[in-house]
Amino acid sequence: MLTQENLKKVEALYKKYPNKKAALLPVLWIAQEQEGWISEEMMRYIGDLLEVPHAHVLGVVTFYTMYKSKPHGKYHIEVCTNVSCMLRGSDKIRDVVEKHCGAKFGETSADKKFSVSEVECMGACGGAPMIAIGEEYYENLTAEKTEQLLSSLK
Amino acid sequence: MEKFILPDIPNLHNIDVYEQHGGYQALRKALQMKPDEVIDEVKKSGLRGRGGACFPTGLKWSFMPKGNDKAKYLCVNGDESEPGTFKDRQIFEFNPHVMIEGIIIGCYAMGIPTAYIYIRGEYRKWIKMVDQALADAYAKGYIGENILGSGFSTNVYTHSGAGAYICGEESALMNSIEGERGYPRVKPPFPAQKGVFGMPTTINNVETMSNVPLIINKGAEWYSKIGVAKHPGPILVGISGHVNKPGVYEVPTGVTLLTLINEYAGGVPNGKKIKAVIPGGSSTMILRGENLEGICMDADSLKAAGSSVGTAGLMVMDEDTDLVRVLSRISHFYHHESCGQCTPCREGTGWLEKMLHRFEHYEARTEDIDMLENVANHIEGNTICALGDAAAWPVQSFVRRFRDEFEKRVKQENTVAA
Repeated sequence: MLTQENLKKVEALYKKYPNKKAALLPVLWIAQEQEGWISEEMMRYIGDLLEVPHAHVLGVVTFYTMYKSKPHGKYHIEVCTNVSCMLRGSDKIRDVVEKHCGAKFGETSADKKFSVSEVECMGACGGAPMIAIGEEYYENLTAEKTEQLLSSLK
Repeated sequence: MEKFILPDIPNLHNIDVYEQHGGYQALRKALQMKPDEVIDEVKKSGLRGRGGACFPTGLKWSFMPKGNDKAKYLCVNGDESEPGTFKDRQIFEFNPHVMIEGIIIGCYAMGIPTAYIYIRGEYRKWIKMVDQALADAYAKGYIGENILGSGFSTNVYTHSGAGAYICGEESALMNSIEGERGYPRVKPPFPAQKGVFGMPTTINNVETMSNVPLIINKGAEWYSKIGVAKHPGPILVGISGHVNKPGVYEVPTGVTLLTLINEYAGGVPNGKKIKAVIPGGSSTMILRGENLEGICMDADSLKAAGSSVGTAGLMVMDEDTDLVRVLSRISHFYHHESCGQCTPCREGTGWLEKMLHRFEHYEARTEDIDMLENVANHIEGNTICALGDAAAWPVQSFVRRFRDEFEKRVKQENTVAA
């Protein structure tokens, strides 16, 4: 399930913690980076690897919002709508994103290109309104800039 | 004022640049001192935690059992998820070594062999920056075995969260490091007795640790004279919302909110009036714009004004702001982030959100105004952790200080169809 290269990363993780279970969050990150999401099969595999019950792995995956237990589109567009972004016009950004992507919050576009989510404060309030695409933050957005940004995604 | 935590020095994230500007001298100095002397120095400095609770840092450190005979941990809280807060990210990006140096000094003072820097999962890019800075510090012998020939050894690791506001609560953070869901723990036992992996643990905010090198370098007495006496030091204030220049500003504690808004952040766009400010992140109590005169960014001043310094995430709202919608959004947040352990919080945050949705859409009844406060009052103080309080305080303060805004949203009886 995990590649040999990633299994080596897992081995290195064990040195950071006094037990294997503590490596669960970082191992889930490794799995998600490898596959794009975390399937039930992967959860069972990780449970066996770290010697924790499947129910525990499932509980952790579903507790944390960033772990994806179903496949997402090629680009994951996350729109912050919390107070600082709302005060500076995140409504407009939301409209542009949903229209351009053909998907509303919580949905994936029919062509599987975009998944769109509403997110809570991302810690970028000084650059509000903002969206995140994958690991990248895009701040100080306007409707025009957002449209340009989304159009540049191939 | 001279800036110490985020000075205007290009490429300070680079360890060589950091060293050229006096970096890691505080660590050298601390290693010449006895661990207890380091704790005393931090105590005398008056440094108080920058994560929201303003607890005296040196006192917290003194709770840790002495000696090196068993495992102990330092957890550095970089979960930074309180809406309106974006200061720690600046440290990760522009001056990670000041935090790392503070962490190593803290580990030495408390005899701790392992530290985790817990960083929210959304900051993946910044986690990589901190990992790079840690690797550089290891390569120079500032972390690891026998640091600078002192005989003291410690390891520092990053640990990534994965999207959960609650993990900024210290006991939930420890559970998250252990590979658990982020459920807060009942106290006692307190972390200094039984913390992460069941061992004595201290949890400090990223910005708090970043103040430590300054205290060691310049001395507690010098540090204690910055800002106000009871809550001294430089503080990172994040200003967002309706201002011309939003951003993070390093100031001495005790600067007035109006100076921060009008001078640092360039005032409110289009010369509009300030309707309200939330001074320290979304869980702190809202203040009316016309009452801001004389209120300062420090623990005592904001407490006296009926709010708190929190994470110093100052959110400014102009005269046209729909405060009902703002509160509705805040309550949506707390409902979403409640971990679900305690009934008053799990259920109460949901009720608050639903009722505020009614107000937002002019569907509320007059008695709902008091009911909002009533529900909030029944959450406050009745939960394991402070998230319940954090959900209640905005509701209580919005309703008490801006009741007219809610009255305007009550459904008009004469519009009901016959």
